[in-house]
Amino acid sequence: MNPFSSGTRLSWVRIKVLFHCRDMIRAIRACKTAAEERAVVRKECASIRAAVSDNDQDYRHRNLAKLMFIHMLGYPTHFGQMECLKLIAAPGFPEKRIGYLGLMLLLDERQEVLMLVTNSLKQDLNHTNQYIVGLALCALGNICSAEMARDLAPEVERLLQFRDPNVRKKAALCSIRIVKKVPDLAENFVNPVVSLLKEKHHGVLLTGIQLCIDLCKLSEEALEYFRKKCTEGLVKVLKDVVNSPYAPEYDVGGIADPFLHIRLLRLLRVLGHGDADASDCMNDILAQVATKTESNKNAGNAILYECVETIMSIEDNSGLRVLAINILGRFLSNRDNNIRYVALNMLMKAVSVDDQAVQRHRVTILECVKDSDASIRKRALELVYLLVNESNVQPLTKELIDYLQVSDQDFKEDLTAKICSIVEKLSPDKIWYIDQMLKVLPQAGNYVKDEVWHALIVVITNASNLHGYTVRSLYKAIQTSGDQETLVRVAVWCIGEYGDMLVNNIGMLNVEEPITVTENDAVDVIQIAIKRHTLDLTTRAMCLIALLKLSSRFPSCSQRIKDIITQSKGSLLLELQQRSIEFDSIIEKHQNIRSALVERMPVLDEATYSGRRAGSMRATVSTSHGTALNLPNGVAKTAAAPLVDLLDLGAEEPAAPSSSGGNFLQDLLDVDTSSSSQSGTTQPQKSGTDVLLDLLSIGSPSPQNGSSAPDILSISKDNRTSVSALDSLSSAIGPSVQASFTAGDAPMMDLLAGFGPSPPAPPPTEDNGPAYPPMVAFESSSLRIMFNLSKQPVSPQVTHIEAIFTNKSSDVYTDFIFQAAVPKFLQLHLEPASGNTLPGSGNGSITQKLQVTNTQHGKKSIVMRIRISYKLKGKDMLEEGQISNFPRDL
Amino acid sequence: MIHFVLLISRQGKVRLTKWYSPYSQKERSKVIRELSGMILTRGPKLSNFVEWRGFKVVYKRYASLYFCMCINQEDNELEILEIIHHFVEILDRYFGSVCELDLIFNFHKAYYILDEILIAGELQESSKKTVARLVSAQDSLVDAAKEEANSISNIIAQATK
Repeated sequence: MNPFSSGTRLSWVRIKVLFHCRDMIRAIRACKTAAEERAVVRKECASIRAAVSDNDQDYRHRNLAKLMFIHMLGYPTHFGQMECLKLIAAPGFPEKRIGYLGLMLLLDERQEVLMLVTNSLKQDLNHTNQYIVGLALCALGNICSAEMARDLAPEVERLLQFRDPNVRKKAALCSIRIVKKVPDLAENFVNPVVSLLKEKHHGVLLTGIQLCIDLCKLSEEALEYFRKKCTEGLVKVLKDVVNSPYAPEYDVGGIADPFLHIRLLRLLRVLGHGDADASDCMNDILAQVATKTESNKNAGNAILYECVETIMSIEDNSGLRVLAINILGRFLSNRDNNIRYVALNMLMKAVSVDDQAVQRHRVTILECVKDSDASIRKRALELVYLLVNESNVQPLTKELIDYLQVSDQDFKEDLTAKICSIVEKLSPDKIWYIDQMLKVLPQAGNYVKDEVWHALIVVITNASNLHGYTVRSLYKAIQTSGDQETLVRVAVWCIGEYGDMLVNNIGMLNVEEPITVTENDAVDVIQIAIKRHTLDLTTRAMCLIALLKLSSRFPSCSQRIKDIITQSKGSLLLELQQRSIEFDSIIEKHQNIRSALVERMPVLDEATYSGRRAGSMRATVSTSHGTALNLPNGVAKTAAAPLVDLLDLGAEEPAAPSSSGGNFLQDLLDVDTSSSSQSGTTQPQKSGTDVLLDLLSIGSPSPQNGSSAPDILSISKDNRTSVSALDSLSSAIGPSVQASFTAGDAPMMDLLAGFGPSPPAPPPTEDNGPAYPPMVAFESSSLRIMFNLSKQPVSPQVTHIEAIFTNKSSDVYTDFIFQAAVPKFLQLHLEPASGNTLPGSGNGSITQKLQVTNTQHGKKSIVMRIRISYKLKGKDMLEEGQISNFPRDL
Repeated sequence: MIHFVLLISRQGKVRLTKWYSPYSQKERSKVIRELSGMILTRGPKLSNFVEWRGFKVVYKRYASLYFCMCINQEDNELEILEIIHHFVEILDRYFGSVCELDLIFNFHKAYYILDEILIAGELQESSKKTVARLVSAQDSLVDAAKEEANSISNIIAQATK
């Protein structure tokens, strides 16, 4: 049969195998596409596999060479591993040489195949040919595993005394690998090393020193031993090397063997560290190296660098330290980037040793922050961060902020984080802090982290004399940098809070130039922000709140603001849509409570905020309650508590007991859960908030929301009709109610005394419904509210309450409004009140009827939040409370 | 300690890799990809050090080849530059003004030389002459073995004529 007819392909492959490794490389290099290359490699691998399975001996080393090249290209070559072992087991040097090379390339210490080579290695380590011994040592040093290290350590130890220095040096490095893999073996190498350190051969000395350094790292005993036995000898060796005449074999740029210099200095550092005697011993030679070494070439600088590090690490010698810092100063002003890089690196270590000396180079270091090389910038920035203290924070920050304008985009994030951290940590006063942040935000607002701008807002609220200044500065900044997210957030928040100060130039500082901002301008800013689609949900939600606040601050813009808010009604983002609808209804329907609703935020507590950041959420919630209480005008201030919830700056709602934490949306959406969770507790300081929350919770309406609020509001409008309605209703009131209606102060107090925290329920009378004594629902220094309770036997769930308001002061209260809110399981219906003017000194009272339906009758008892607002001598007054002393079975 | 040595061409092709710390095959190709992306894009006047995964990579460009060595944070970067140069000078002496093609076609020779300079990630020999002598001594051992094999096959060939 003609061998060329059907077997062409096969014979082609056959021929290909015979090609030299070079030819394969050429073929691969000739490939134009990756696919072609893959095809060639696949063919080669196929032929090599075939040769492997044929156990082809003649071309084994050639195949392995090809495999190594293929491996380097990144193709799998595991099938060649056994070939390595076979070549290593072969007797000849050429086979062993390529076999060991393949072993080191194709395998690593984690492959189990490696164990199979242990025996061959052992034989080769004992071979008569020193080059074969060298090959085995090299392979062992580069890839041995812990097991191999343990098995072959005695051979290597013996080879440290081999006659040929080239084997000794390989054995020394191999020992490093062995002691790293099996630290227990370290002590076996201590004595041989001492004799290596006395050698003259540079290779042996070099490797011996390196082994010594590694042994010192592993064993304190070894370190102590070498320190005693070798320090003086090593100092002498270094002296000899430093003073050695020109030796062409070892010369690098005019310096004899810089590698040996460096290793000697490194070992002296290890020996001198923490030992005064050893340090003393090496002072002179270190001074000599530091002063005499040429620094115009890299080799010299490498030695100086090592020398400086040694001086910094050994025991204190102020003269040497000055020398070292001066070298670093010279490095720092070097034009070579590498030298400056290592100088910065070393100065970081020097800061802890001698801060003052490093501070002297501050200006130069600051220049390095602006370098074009990212590696240098990073080092320099970290160093600057270490150098900042109270005395230099101002100029340093200025420099950094100035640089922020021109820095690379990818460096801005690092730089911004560092600046913010410095400013926060070391600001001398609030105005400086605010000023710096006002510079950072327009430059790098998109890189500022959330906690940074949260902290800024906390600081702003605490700096009451700077509110006007801050809001005006932010207004100016946002005109030019409206694309910086965090700037927009802070600005929008501040304009919402302090919009009036912006427009009226309130709280002008001397440094400020007055600006003219109309109310419309202020609204413009927020309108632009809310329309900017690149800004995220949080920002736009904040915009809506700011608008709501401005609608009260700027009554003339109210309609325009309403229009803007309405535009978000159709937003696909639930959060925006809901806010839009809720706020719209506040503007539309609830104008008389709006101003109270959108009052300015209470001052955020700095300690609380920083405590929060530290992660102690729970603990600080309670302390913040305390602070809210301690505020002057506590009553009026706490009315703003729900606003805190609404605005929730990420996490700082001082008065909210719900631990929903940093979730910006949750407090708004979870109004109902939070109100029912609070219902069992007595928190008079923040009562009344739920009314407002309920008003806002349109997303999840509960019956009383829709009914109570409009009723409350209608009271003041049509008092006359309500009085007549009351008359007709009052006929239903039981006799006990009548009694209390006219009762004076004293009996009421007595009645109250009869009510413990858990008043005994009077036995229900079947025909007439249960009878309840009147209760004092609320009492303050100026006001008392009595509740008369009654029930119809047919509907035990429904409780009728007649509220009687009495003025305890001598002045008349006008515009008197009573509001109430209840948890979800209750339904509340408020009748119109009997009037809105309460005469002084108990000379009259207002009554109002309430009807509470308890859907969980028998399981839960009634609780109620109340809020009373009235005018005293033309001044708005507000009182709030929670009523939880209702009889149990209502 | 040097964790690995890489030679990468201007085009991103790997010309030599030597790993002194264990890296799996997957990690190796990832490291190479990452580093060539970082190093090949750096400008000419910048420092020769790149901070990478808590290590430092010292690199130096010679003609079309980048020589990279990965070291620990606390190691002496300037010395590594000297070691790279030491390696390059020895290659140059061995090949006689070395070029990238020499290293491609004689990649195994480049490895043999490197093995005489570094073991276990540490410098082994500071004398270029010694390295050259050791490598050529081993080369001549190989040549001698080849000649011997040739002469034996000649004898066999003659005997079987």
